[in-house]
Amino acid sequence: MSEAPPPSSSEAAISLRGVSRRFGDAIAVNNLELDLAQGEFFALLGPSGCGKTTTLRMVGGFELPSTGRIYLDGTDVTALPSHKRDVNTVFQSYALFPHLTVAENVIYGLRRRGTAKKEAFTRAEEYLELVGLTGFGKRRPTQLSGGQQQRVALARALVNHPKVLLLDEPMGALDAQIRKTMQTELKRIQREVGITFLYVTHDQAEAMSMADRLAVMNKGRMEDIGTPARVYDHPSTAFVASFLGSCNVLPLGTEGGPTTLPDGSATLVEGATAPATSGWSLGVRPERVNLAEAGTVSGPNATTATITDVTYLGAVSEVHLETAWGTPVQVLQQRGDAGLLVPGRQVAMSWKADECFWLPPENETPTTQEDAA
Amino acid sequence: MTSATTLPEAAPTRRVRLEALRRGVTPYLLSIAGFGWLGFFFVIPLVSGLLVSLMTGNPDQGYVLTWNWSVYADLFTGPTPYWLYLVRSLTYGLSATAFTIILAFPVAYFIAFRVSARWKTTLLALVMVTFFVSFIIRTDMWFYLLGGNGPITRVLVHLHVLDHGQTFLSTPGSVIGGMVYNDFAFMVLPIYVAMERIDPRLHEASNDLFGNRANTFFRVTVPLTRSGVFSGILLVLIDTVGDPVNSSILGGKETYTIGQAIQNAYFTTQQYNVAAALSTLLMAILGIILFLYARVVGTENIEDLI
Repeated sequence: MSEAPPPSSSEAAISLRGVSRRFGDAIAVNNLELDLAQGEFFALLGPSGCGKTTTLRMVGGFELPSTGRIYLDGTDVTALPSHKRDVNTVFQSYALFPHLTVAENVIYGLRRRGTAKKEAFTRAEEYLELVGLTGFGKRRPTQLSGGQQQRVALARALVNHPKVLLLDEPMGALDAQIRKTMQTELKRIQREVGITFLYVTHDQAEAMSMADRLAVMNKGRMEDIGTPARVYDHPSTAFVASFLGSCNVLPLGTEGGPTTLPDGSATLVEGATAPATSGWSLGVRPERVNLAEAGTVSGPNATTATITDVTYLGAVSEVHLETAWGTPVQVLQQRGDAGLLVPGRQVAMSWKADECFWLPPENETPTTQEDAA
Repeated sequence: MTSATTLPEAAPTRRVRLEALRRGVTPYLLSIAGFGWLGFFFVIPLVSGLLVSLMTGNPDQGYVLTWNWSVYADLFTGPTPYWLYLVRSLTYGLSATAFTIILAFPVAYFIAFRVSARWKTTLLALVMVTFFVSFIIRTDMWFYLLGGNGPITRVLVHLHVLDHGQTFLSTPGSVIGGMVYNDFAFMVLPIYVAMERIDPRLHEASNDLFGNRANTFFRVTVPLTRSGVFSGILLVLIDTVGDPVNSSILGGKETYTIGQAIQNAYFTTQQYNVAAALSTLLMAILGIILFLYARVVGTENIEDLI
């Protein structure tokens, strides 16, 4: 878990300090603290309605925060209108100007800032080349496919060399095949131009594959922030654990101490302080659980369960089990021992202490999320 | 094909093909009514108008088609100054169109972008409410308002803006004013519809790309509203250039228009060929103006205008 320390606010590309946004009685964004390092690819991840788009729109200047301040390169831009912010956006629907050609779309921002027409067109051609659309300048946006329109939107934003590029679910309208190519492409472009990207998405695979760091939002709050590997391997809340892939959540503390499973088995998490109160749970990813003959495994982080269903998926087998106290568990087994994986059979299941994590009670947000690692 | 019919699958195939044919033909069958309407009530009068203009004769003995093309030349050389009426009508129509654009654009903009959804319908209804009163009666009310005993004149006389006995009536101003008033909605509605279709994200995109309000208005809103303005011009210009009502009610001798001349030739002097020739000429001129406008403002892409 070699985690880069969060940037201090003076060198951050964007800093959000206690930013909240209310719509009437509803709180869309609740007291957000966020720092993006220069040149970082940062993903803001969450289900729809979690406040991620509102956050992006506040950074873009389309929405005013109800409270809090937003800093761009250390300068307070909270009240600055969007046309005066050194930030550009790739909109979800691309929002290309239909009455202008592709090249005219790309030079729009340069021209508003006084770049001479000829130079603007030269630079537009450079950026169209960067996104792989050489020679498309004279076409109209409506004559392009969804993927090509997205590239135009990207060129139109990047050509201005913004301090931060905001991307609002830019892959939302693309089909799976193009999406895959665009992800690789976007990562390459980001590395090439070195501009800070703030990428909003509800697709966890997309965020994990592209981002240097990501934040998971839920109900207007940021539940976790860190590198994709850290957030996946050691999520700070049950919500984050189940939003990023699937996760088995085992109840703790109903019998014995606060870290004991209902059947009395002890649990141990490496590098984390044991919870002192009850109501916590233990999380472990399906691919981290080992299955073995019943009675062959002992020690902490082991219990018994009954196989209810086995699905062979080729590379892995998906095994559904039920613990003695009735919690359903899902396990992905790579080396399927055909004799072992039989529905109705009781098996020992275990996991390593550095591959599981304690999850706080549902309504309790951990105060120091970064410490969870 | 022939061998296929002998196979047992032939029957369903033929049924499928019939179904495809039925589906392909239905839209055309349904549109026949519309095209029939257009053909019967639009093309036939147009052609018959042209034919009537080429007839000679008089109201007593009747008219016969003699392919008398010289009637068109006579319009400009005869004793009645039709060219003057024509130029006057075009001036009035073009001015009225320009004024409706200037007045209607902010109204449409306000309703489309600045008003909450629940007030839009109310405001649009207000724009259209004048249609509930007959066009003639509305114009007559203007005659009263602007007339010697009308409130407007009285106030202005009282303020010494107008001399005693002076009114706005019988001036180009009163005629154009009446036209603007009567055709206002024809300009507001198409512009509003065009604005309503603009994706609000485009305004945000313009702001995002360092465009201030003025940039956004002139570089995004106005170009994307072009189609609405064009439709509005189509409706207002054609209507006002040929209109005899405003000039006869609100105008006088000095504001006699081509519309009045056509009406007079048809109903009073019963020179049907002259009336038809004037109508055809007017239509041709309007057609040329609109074509040139479409070429200048528009674009290689006609879809941008519609």
